[in-house]
Amino acid sequence: MRHLIDPLDFTVEEIEALLDVADEIAADRQAFRQVCQGKTLATLFYEASTRTRLSFEAAMLNLGGNVLGFATADSSSAVKGESVADTIRTVSCYADICAMRHPKEGAPLRASRFSRIPVINAGDGGHQHPTQTLTDLMTIRRRRKQLGNITIGLCGDLKFGRTVHSLIKSLARYEGVKFILISPEELRVPDYVIEEVLWDKGVPFVEAEDMELVMDQLDILYMTRVQKERFFNEEDYVRLKDTYILTPDKLAAAKPDMAILHPLPRVNEISIDVDQDPRAAYFEQAQNGVYVRMALIMMLLELASPAAAMAKDGASIKEGR
Amino acid sequence: MLNIDSLERGIVIDHIKAGSAMWLYQLLNLDRLECTVAIIKNARSNKLGKKDIIKIEGMLDINLEILGYIDPNITIAIIDEGKIIEKKRLVPPETLRNVIRCKNPRCITSIEEGVDHIFRLTKGQNGPRYRCAYCEQEDQGQPEKLLK
Ligand SMILES: [Zn+2]
Repeated sequence: MRHLIDPLDFTVEEIEALLDVADEIAADRQAFRQVCQGKTLATLFYEASTRTRLSFEAAMLNLGGNVLGFATADSSSAVKGESVADTIRTVSCYADICAMRHPKEGAPLRASRFSRIPVINAGDGGHQHPTQTLTDLMTIRRRRKQLGNITIGLCGDLKFGRTVHSLIKSLARYEGVKFILISPEELRVPDYVIEEVLWDKGVPFVEAEDMELVMDQLDILYMTRVQKERFFNEEDYVRLKDTYILTPDKLAAAKPDMAILHPLPRVNEISIDVDQDPRAAYFEQAQNGVYVRMALIMMLLELASPAAAMAKDGASIKEGR
Repeated sequence: MLNIDSLERGIVIDHIKAGSAMWLYQLLNLDRLECTVAIIKNARSNKLGKKDIIKIEGMLDINLEILGYIDPNITIAIIDEGKIIEKKRLVPPETLRNVIRCKNPRCITSIEEGVDHIFRLTKGQNGPRYRCAYCEQEDQGQPEKLLK
């Protein structure tokens, strides 16, 4: 039985296969509407994250499955004070697969050790959010047709942004990827990510403070939010905040087929004037997030896509004759 | 100076960083032993300048995992009939189970009952480091975190 706890739990090949299924779903969602009939997804959300929970629930409902769960630990006296290990043992009796969101880092890993059903990490504190990473990878692959051979600019808060660290780790496994890390000095990628991922794998990267200076090199621009509370003083924040807001004029030098990603929700780091630009891919991400979660549920439940299942049935009927 | 020959049968923990022997003595629960234990402080060493040595009379299982984590330069010699019969080289263990505690207040190990504290070895530019298996926080190496 497989779980998805860390974005690197899947090999490059497994991710390609997963994204292939997600692409199939995107092409013909109707064909998948009964794949999970009779199956139940438990959404165990110990902290509120409506966006992520709805995406999981939509994914399971689109596959014809059922959903049960709780949306915050407060609303569920049953799990308050109970260990994660005990909760998952119980939930294993009610559901076929579960998605767990927890404010404590490592909670889904702990759950997976006691679970009889596949566990999906739906975000554990500031640690990992692997389905966000899969969504990013799907969006990049759909826009670029491949995950290798790209120059990706990561812009904004690269210090605390977990989606950024996961994306760096995941993309560092592909050939020909170059990173341009665009951030203020205070919010640079932590040294350990540079040492243990980029240096260790010999992945080329440069650090920059100004996105306009590197814009013409980028195939992907991944925007994140620069939060006020990350700065030591108000002046630094005021001085820097506009530097990390994407506006149409900053896009002047960008490649015509560059793709702009953002893990949403955005506040003001991408001007709404950019939304109409064909390079804006961030609203596709929400849609891709549902497709990739559908593909993930199928993969972990070891369910084949209808086309593949039909081909296999056809083959066995032939053999039967 | 005392030397190994004075031990007929037992264990010599050598090349301990000078000044750490008493701490190791506590850590390895040697205070609970009935047998003779000698702590030699500030012995001369070609390699370290100064070093500490612990000699234990009789055979017992030393927690090599803890020693490998604390300082892989420590050497261990098993003595029988006054001779070294075995030298154990320490390596930083791949996994530390219930040796150190994760200090990250956001880590599941801070609230979950009955959870094992597991750290895994990662190789950085500045030598081996340990990260919590749950939250990946790096071990800061403070000895007071050691579980006993
Ligand atoms: Zn931890």
